[in-house]
Amino acid sequence: MTETKSSKPGSTEVWITGIGLATSLGEGLDTTWDALSQRRINVDEKNFAPYVVHPWAPVNFDIQIPKKGDQRQMEAWQRIGTYTAGLALDSAGIKGNNEILARMDMIVAAGGGERDLAVDTAIMQAAAKNNFAPGFLNERLMSDLRPTLFLAQLSNLLAGNIAIVHGVTGSSRTFMGEEGAGVDAARIALARIAAGQSDIALIGGSHNSERKEMLMLYQFDDFNLRDHFAPVWARSGKPGFALGSVGAFLVMESRAHAQTRGARPFARLTNVVADQARRKTPGEVTASLQSLWSKLGKLDDNGAIITGATGVEPVTSEELAFLRQHPDFAIRASGTAFGHNMEAQFILGLALAALSISRGALFPPNDPTALEVEMSKAPSQIVVAGAGHWRSEGMALVEAVK
Amino acid sequence: MAATHDKFGRPIVVVTGMGVVTSLGAGKADNWAKLTAGESGIRTITRFPTNGLKTSIAGTVDFLKVEPFSSPDLSQKLAETAAEEAITQAAIGTKGDFPGPLFLAVAPVEIEWPNRLELGRDTGILDYTYDDLLRVSGGGKYRSYHRRFLFGSVSDHLAENFGTKGSPISLSTACASGASAIQLGVEAIRRGESDAALCVATDGSVNLENLIRFSLLSALSMRNDAPQSAARPFSKNRDGFVMAEGAGALVLESYAGAKARGAAILGVLAGCGELADSFHRTRSSPDGKPIIGCVRNALSDAGIGPERIDYINAHGTGTPENDKMEYLGISSVFGEQTSRVPVSSNKSMVGHTLSAAGAVEAVFSLLTLEHQRIPPTINYDVPDPAISFDVVPNKARDARVTAVMSNSFGFGGQNASLILTREPL
Repeated sequence: MTETKSSKPGSTEVWITGIGLATSLGEGLDTTWDALSQRRINVDEKNFAPYVVHPWAPVNFDIQIPKKGDQRQMEAWQRIGTYTAGLALDSAGIKGNNEILARMDMIVAAGGGERDLAVDTAIMQAAAKNNFAPGFLNERLMSDLRPTLFLAQLSNLLAGNIAIVHGVTGSSRTFMGEEGAGVDAARIALARIAAGQSDIALIGGSHNSERKEMLMLYQFDDFNLRDHFAPVWARSGKPGFALGSVGAFLVMESRAHAQTRGARPFARLTNVVADQARRKTPGEVTASLQSLWSKLGKLDDNGAIITGATGVEPVTSEELAFLRQHPDFAIRASGTAFGHNMEAQFILGLALAALSISRGALFPPNDPTALEVEMSKAPSQIVVAGAGHWRSEGMALVEAVK
Repeated sequence: MAATHDKFGRPIVVVTGMGVVTSLGAGKADNWAKLTAGESGIRTITRFPTNGLKTSIAGTVDFLKVEPFSSPDLSQKLAETAAEEAITQAAIGTKGDFPGPLFLAVAPVEIEWPNRLELGRDTGILDYTYDDLLRVSGGGKYRSYHRRFLFGSVSDHLAENFGTKGSPISLSTACASGASAIQLGVEAIRRGESDAALCVATDGSVNLENLIRFSLLSALSMRNDAPQSAARPFSKNRDGFVMAEGAGALVLESYAGAKARGAAILGVLAGCGELADSFHRTRSSPDGKPIIGCVRNALSDAGIGPERIDYINAHGTGTPENDKMEYLGISSVFGEQTSRVPVSSNKSMVGHTLSAAGAVEAVFSLLTLEHQRIPPTINYDVPDPAISFDVVPNKARDARVTAVMSNSFGFGGQNASLILTREPL
């Protein structure tokens, strides 16, 4: 909704009151927590070989997207996202609450939708056989492209589908731009609620790893993890990311709004900060992350950091240099269990942080290099961090509600 | 003390610089002269072969060359041109050091056909598949394509060139994107996060596949024989929009900040409204409620009633559906006043600049306030009796204009409206 109130920047406490997660490890918070506790990982080293991906764990889409017609209008990334947005609304207890949904703000961090690889391939082969004659593409594209495919590919149509299927209509904004889009979705939603420009917001993103056209984009700079899976911190000899399959959505609202409707918080989202180093000289990312750290607010000793570290170089080494400046913080790389999910990665980190705080424990480490260590006490603060594979640094502070 | 805050206690947001590029030309002066002369920038497409296509016209920007063509390359060039003009006019910061964040409306990005086919040739076989493309993708030969076809690519370059601060935001709310970029800037300044923001919207995406995609949705005009009269907003014989390219850029500042540095105030961003539609992926709710709500939100955000609006810069795409729904929405809010408020569509001349439209039309709205002259809706020969707007038919009109509403509605249920005024309300 549009603001009309006088705003006092940052004066309102913001709670995370709903979490929707559906990933390569399954759907729902209990399933996710159990998988993390058991250090379970779901990778596919064969179907996209030599590249390693975390495949989507199938769900019954009918549960959150009841109309088959709606499902048919979407490609996989939109189905994953729309499904998970429904889980988040359920989690917050506002599914079907039209009074709230009609004034609920939405910021989705999105890439684009799947191409029809069969159509592409047929056209490419025909083009090759016709010696790439000028104008050849016209006829084939006119006859082969499905009209609805365009809408299944458009970035803002994930938000559009969430509006259609779940009725979230207060506002609809889609941020693009890989990892930074997820950070900024959280940052802007928090800033708006904190300043009284909004009461409640749905934020999130989705990512589908099983897309050769996207593997191709990242392979242009050899970013894909090859041959065999290894935990994020154990890839120094063979750097790369294994793309993941994740839907991650959060419901955020002002403390007053949550209390009025009797909603229970998973955690408080205290701060989100972001920057974009030029990355022209070594050390810029380390410095950028350290600068963001100093802006988070008061940090207690012996906290935890959940990072969306990618596993690609040189950025992972730069991030490691930052993490080593905070040796009393327990570290977890979300990419080990869930792969790298671009626009959704930071929001996944926020979800894992809020979930950990609500469960009174940090999930166990999964790291042969022993950078990640056990955390015995219940975390009261978790820093969510992330340095994008090419651009963007972001950080957030998630805390237990006092 | 002159008020630096509005009646809601928020910092007043003003415009101190603007830039625009459309198929009519580069820059405010050229665009305004042609716009008020009722000229059309629509032409037959020469960028690629159009044989076999239902639509072969567009408002392409051909005077800015990028070689080889790609949509993000042209989008970036357009955005840079508009942003440079805006920042120069605002005379803010120093070169390459803009004192605020960037909000960029930009079309979604993906690898394009020339690149796909280039890789295909590189496989050395005829029956190649994506697996073969993947095989030749690595090793660094195509590294520049990774940089170019990231969604954040254009904003990354703009942030570097203009030295904007913090994390640049790339956004898409379809055909409302330009308005959304401005709204994000307004909100950031109202929150006190920054005294200035650079809001840019760009679209250089007239390529073969994009044209065909819109064509397959039956959204485009097929008046290929008469390009300049193809875009017919609010006419009975309108048959679709005309794809077009362009960019708009605004330097927004807090009124206090602008006054403190002695900047010339070009106008005020008095209000922003948005509301999403959950009816259908490409069609508006038949009851018009989301558009009505969006327009009302903008008015209420500005703290004024519809009687204060003396010009509406319409979304006015020229599709049968949009213009009908826009009339329903506007007439529901404006009531008896509807036929007395001039409502014109720039798209009759520059076409639909898609992601850029909201910002391009915000610039034209501000120029309307500056020159006290309303650009016409051209090609208006056969009025649609169901739409009784005063569309400022075919000829520009001098008028007293103090407050403008600029509307943007897009696929995916995206609605955004801006209220722009000459003076603070």
